[in-house]
Amino acid sequence: MSAEIKSTLLHQWHVENGANMAAFGAYDMPLWYPQGAKGEHLAVINSAGLFDTSHMAVLTIEGDGARVLLQNCFSKDLEHCLGLKKGPLTKGRSAYGLFLAPEGHVLDDSIVSQVADSFYMVVVNAGMGKGVAEYLAEYKETLEAEITDLTDKVGKIDIQGRNSAKILARVLKDSDQVFSSFPYFSFKGWYDKSLDIAQTVLLTDDTPIMLSRTGYTGEFGFEIFVSPEKLVSVWKMLLDAGADYSLQPCGLAARDSLRAGAVLPLSHQDIGDWPFANNPWPFALADKGEDGIFTKEFIGSKALISLYSPDHTLPFAGFDPRKMVVSDKSYVTDGGGTNVGVILTCATDMAIGRVGDEIVSVAPGDGKPEDFVPRGLSCGFIKVVRSFDPGDIVVLTDGKRKIKVEIREDVRPDRTARRPIKEML
Amino acid sequence: MKEINELNLPTDVRYSDDHEWAKVTGDTIKVGISDYAQDQLGDIVFVELPEVGDSFEAGDEFGTLESVKAVSELYIPVGGEIVAVNNELEDAPELVNQDPYNGWIIELKPNDISDLDSLLDRDAYLEILKGD
Repeated sequence: MSAEIKSTLLHQWHVENGANMAAFGAYDMPLWYPQGAKGEHLAVINSAGLFDTSHMAVLTIEGDGARVLLQNCFSKDLEHCLGLKKGPLTKGRSAYGLFLAPEGHVLDDSIVSQVADSFYMVVVNAGMGKGVAEYLAEYKETLEAEITDLTDKVGKIDIQGRNSAKILARVLKDSDQVFSSFPYFSFKGWYDKSLDIAQTVLLTDDTPIMLSRTGYTGEFGFEIFVSPEKLVSVWKMLLDAGADYSLQPCGLAARDSLRAGAVLPLSHQDIGDWPFANNPWPFALADKGEDGIFTKEFIGSKALISLYSPDHTLPFAGFDPRKMVVSDKSYVTDGGGTNVGVILTCATDMAIGRVGDEIVSVAPGDGKPEDFVPRGLSCGFIKVVRSFDPGDIVVLTDGKRKIKVEIREDVRPDRTARRPIKEML
Repeated sequence: MKEINELNLPTDVRYSDDHEWAKVTGDTIKVGISDYAQDQLGDIVFVELPEVGDSFEAGDEFGTLESVKAVSELYIPVGGEIVAVNNELEDAPELVNQDPYNGWIIELKPNDISDLDSLLDRDAYLEILKGD
């Protein structure tokens, strides 16, 4: 193993528990545990799964100029982002958006959370803490804003799936109070005792956590931020509490297949160093008025308004579990066999299958035959040089194998991420 | 991931260095993938099988295995004609993970059964795995 490969504090636990490990970014991470990626994917759909996401990077921005700095740099308009009325971001709420280069290319995607009046937490992808901190510092100018890169200094565990809150309730000191009102993209508590709000969410052993109703699976669940020294004990505590819910530790393979079925992008794979345009994720940007102008200016906004990009990034789903390995050799053809672009992501969502013309999920929901057993469907994203309509068929190929897939607006139905918490207790 | 000493490597099959196994049953040979291969691949979600009647030379690609991790080509360890394919794998590809030596993939009538002699016995295969 090269010296540059890092590991999270759960690395030893992963190895001791039989995980198949592989490098992801700079980190040696579990791909799957002995249960297998299919079982892990299904566990999240049917009950709950636990993910070590401590490889992700956390920044904080503190000071009177913090909000202005974020308004200048972050693609989401923090004054117009919350709820149907598009209210301003407030304490305890979070927003998903991007940090763009001036030419409209993606540096990284991020969730920004307002912790206090002049204090924000910015979660970015593995290995991106330094780059995003430098980017923010570059645009800080005279603003009063202290940017702190907490890479490897905050532990993070995601619990995802319909039984997540029921499992968490068993380890929370006062679960009734914590879960009393807890909308999607809100959070409570803090991960160390430096802030008073750390008292808001305590585990039964008095460990303070920051509990956030966010995630990367499309399913109901939480991201848990915790001090590094508590990471392993909180992980074990959750697994014990979730044992009779069949809570399953899950690796990166299940994380990838779950997010692909939920039509969520992987930074530096589905979005990256090319213009952020013509894709399924315009919600990552500030809203546009009828005049086509964003509600605020931010780094990259001028380029996005004026640029013309012929490329379209489109979600797809196959007709069986077969997938195409993304490589230098893989490409996409239209019905006539013409090369029209590249594959960005191709994974297999193991919880879904086709019944007639419909994609159905094994998750409880309408329209599913009683004896439905999902065989799985390949899904992901392609970047092609022209637009296609939902229902159009294109072919993924490596020059040898060919797999027909359908352009889709959405892939896995009956997702639970946005369900009201009272339905999930 | 399994340690080498945890692998199930029976002595009544021969192994190829592509991690397939071949087992003689009467005058035909059944072919599958080794416990090492299924453990490395992870959950197998799709098996692309050849047609009965297809003929292959030793080393030819005869199908693909799709796992959560990769799409892997299958290479025939002994040349011959396909006399049966394991159709159960179409609905239950996980049989290869659950029991790789009963989860056979193809059965073939070998052109020359002595080709089997060029395959590895358990000890020789184990040496290759230790070197991996």
